[in-house]
Amino acid sequence: MNERLDVQKTYKLFIGGAFPRSESGRTFAVHAPDGSLIANVASASRKDLRDAVVAARSAQTGWAARTAYNRGQILYRVAEVMEGRRTQFVEELCRCGVKAATAELEVDRAIDRWVWYAGWCDKFHHIAGTVNSVAGPYFNFTTPEPTGVVGILAPEKPGLLGLVSRLAPALVSGNTAVVLTGEASPLTAVSMAEVVATSDVPGGVVNILTGATHELLPWLLGHRDVNAVDLTGAPDLEASVVAEAADNVKRLIRGEPDDQSPYVIADFCEMKTVWHPIGR
Amino acid sequence: MVTPPSRPGRLGEVKTEVATPTASAVFAPRSRSGVALRVTPVDEVGLEARAKTFTTRSIKTSSKRAAIDLAVSCIDLTTLEGMDTPGKVAALCRKAVRPDPSNPAVPSVAAVCVYPQLVPVAVTHTNGTGVHVASVAGAFPSGQSSLAVRIADIEQAVADGADEIDIVISRGAFLAGDYNYVFNEIEAQKVACGPAHLKVILETGELGSYDQIRKASMLAMAAGADFIKTSTGKVAHNSSMPVALCMAEAIRDYAEQTGEIVGLKVAGGIRTAKQAWHYLVLIAETLGTQWLTPDLFRIGASSLLNDLLLQVQKLDTGRYSGPNYVSVD
Repeated sequence: MNERLDVQKTYKLFIGGAFPRSESGRTFAVHAPDGSLIANVASASRKDLRDAVVAARSAQTGWAARTAYNRGQILYRVAEVMEGRRTQFVEELCRCGVKAATAELEVDRAIDRWVWYAGWCDKFHHIAGTVNSVAGPYFNFTTPEPTGVVGILAPEKPGLLGLVSRLAPALVSGNTAVVLTGEASPLTAVSMAEVVATSDVPGGVVNILTGATHELLPWLLGHRDVNAVDLTGAPDLEASVVAEAADNVKRLIRGEPDDQSPYVIADFCEMKTVWHPIGR
Repeated sequence: MVTPPSRPGRLGEVKTEVATPTASAVFAPRSRSGVALRVTPVDEVGLEARAKTFTTRSIKTSSKRAAIDLAVSCIDLTTLEGMDTPGKVAALCRKAVRPDPSNPAVPSVAAVCVYPQLVPVAVTHTNGTGVHVASVAGAFPSGQSSLAVRIADIEQAVADGADEIDIVISRGAFLAGDYNYVFNEIEAQKVACGPAHLKVILETGELGSYDQIRKASMLAMAAGADFIKTSTGKVAHNSSMPVALCMAEAIRDYAEQTGEIVGLKVAGGIRTAKQAWHYLVLIAETLGTQWLTPDLFRIGASSLLNDLLLQVQKLDTGRYSGPNYVSVD
């Protein structure tokens, strides 16, 4: 009887709906708590970041133009597909040293979070938007609109749940995202990318880059085609680094790694006010 | 009105009133100076492998800046849509003269390329700037009109002020093997151009093989083309690196055999700065750096210019830029 060979998974980047290796050819090793090698993971370069932003930009208009209801269906589909891969996510967390019970809880909460935000797609406008009273014969509405291309620094802990908690609310309103996951929990981040890739999310809407955040972050903050950056994953950033974002007046977002609120969706939105004459 | 030449052509007997192309001539063209041209077969595998090597060069910093400037100055900034308006052409001309209004260091492009109907508008807006006006003429893009109509089209464009004319070859006649017919047509259209430069579009995507492309290149050059051009941009397969290499090698061989220098224009599907300098490398390493001038090398493109401008911005500011920072065409 022949013994089967191991089929090792190559953990790659997720850019524009495809899974390329890093343009730089670099990788970094992920070790289990006992020191054994789990995998080599692609380490993104600034050119991968550049490509990811181009993909996100070209996908943004189409994603925002879908009906809110359809975006909700697609985000719910992400939860469905993730549920089917539940054991894989749990196993990957366990390999990186998370206890089984904790891992199961984190995966369940991550799936539920997708469901929760999916439901908000066609409802959050009513919370975030207003009808303003003005002194004149006009309707005056303030409505939330997607900011555009959003860079997200995924929180290191909790790796999977933190990623979902920041990514999902950004997608709800029609933003596209370039996520830097750092080097802390790349396995579940890449598996999350595989789930997204098979859930009818259009290519480029979500881009996930594993690798050294400190190297990529200045390029992300300085990138003139990125409209907002979520710094939840890097709370203690030096002011001189953050100042890069001032060049094109980026929206900077700071939140909680494990938060679930319609106001997080609003954080990723621009408010647009419209005047409309009242007819007689 | 110029009539097709009635004297015996260099390809042998000339048929001036060919209604339907028929297979006739053996392919044995002679150059303008009467040199019998050798047309060797193309090694398809070798050609494609060689073409791939041009895409692997690393071009950085000051070389990159020089490559960007050269690419910009070789562009034929093109708009060939049924919906082109005088306003759009005027805007295109302003962009051609001064590609980035905030950065005077960026050079003008070589020419604007428009339909004959819009040549007067383009001439008005480029007058005195050094930017040429190129016009596609001769029943572009199919070429499926009578020679008389095509010649009238060319003459009108030249009379309106176009100093470069882009024509297509009759692919139908070429594929049917009637090389005389194609040769004589090009020759007649060259006469109609008068002082204007003639660029002959081979529409390589419709020729079928590299051997055919090489043959068509030789034929066009022998018949009087100042430039040979890959494609119209209106069919599925546009310019590619192997096709450009095949044509560049034909130009090189033609120059070696006859001493006559012909230019190359690549067009269709060239959208990124990276693609542009792949072509620059191809030209430099196949024909030599003397071809790296707007007089002998052109890139027919529209969105390429914006990508080049974004690269300039990246070099100047150290930040990646985006489509919001260049004009919408």
